[in-house]
Amino acid sequence: MASVAESVMRFFRGSSDQAPAPAVPQKRSRRSSGMAEISRLLNSEEALCVLDLGSTSANNISFLTAKGHKNYSEDLLRASLDPALRVKDETGKLVPDIKKFLEENLTYQNGLFDVVLCWNLPDYMEESLVKPTIDRLWSVMKPGGLLLVFFHTRDAGPDAPCYRFHITGTDMLDMQEVRLREGDKHSPRLQRVFNNRHIENLFRDFASIKFFLARDAIREVLLVR
Amino acid sequence: MEAPNTGEFAHIGKSVVIKGELSGSEDLYVDGHVEGSIELRNNSLTVGPNGNIKANIKAKGVVIQGKVDGSVSASERVELRKSAVVNGDVVASRIAIEEGASFQGKIDIQREPGKAVAS
Repeated sequence: MASVAESVMRFFRGSSDQAPAPAVPQKRSRRSSGMAEISRLLNSEEALCVLDLGSTSANNISFLTAKGHKNYSEDLLRASLDPALRVKDETGKLVPDIKKFLEENLTYQNGLFDVVLCWNLPDYMEESLVKPTIDRLWSVMKPGGLLLVFFHTRDAGPDAPCYRFHITGTDMLDMQEVRLREGDKHSPRLQRVFNNRHIENLFRDFASIKFFLARDAIREVLLVR
Repeated sequence: MEAPNTGEFAHIGKSVVIKGELSGSEDLYVDGHVEGSIELRNNSLTVGPNGNIKANIKAKGVVIQGKVDGSVSASERVELRKSAVVNGDVVASRIAIEEGASFQGKIDIQREPGKAVAS
């Protein structure tokens, strides 16, 4: 999987010029079919446990708590980049310590969550952390729980900005570029592009997977635990 | 936000470090460092921009501009201002979060006033 994805990224990077990044993170809107399905569940049931894996979003917290749901927030991309999690591998290269990462993050009881909003985390997270993270998500979700994930298509290009997603309506999202530190000119870099088969493999333990048509070079995927 | 008038609030300045249990019956403004617990059941707590709290907080209302590691339980409203960094669970009747605030944990809105602190 890695070699195909890396080839795709090399192809992108070979043709990419460094376009100047906007000084201020830009916001865009997106109609989300996946969010519409999640909203149907949120509107039909009470006191659900929802895990939001993006950066803190006041919109999302208000949207979820106004419907009486419990909102858990964990900025997993930022956590995955914590320098304290780095260890040297046999070649001396600094790599994430997967065991430590899972000891410090996503530490919930099994079967807690009805909904997990993963957003575009797998596209920006380091390769070695992606599968363990998805496996942990599977464990902390209830059977029948919903997981929403966004993946970039190849058309997005290697410089596709990392967005955080603010829920503004039942099927509407505001997308705001993520800046990990104040003053950063760029958002975190896209690590790879998953094709459909990669995605199916990544989520093979889930009961069902539903792909929505890609829009604006982002493909939404809704999974049932 | 300016620090409140100290005549209306008990005030813990930014050079003050407190370790232990902090409780009282007047509103409190903390801009210093507190480790332990803070309990102001009928009053409000404001954590100033320099405030660094490693404690579980129980109060009527809580406004956070600084850093809090610990659970926050308010019978009324919790406000996270844009400079707030909160790691811990929040239970309140209402919550307001400014853009830029950082939060990691669970938010549980209790619809019945008073239930949050009583529990």
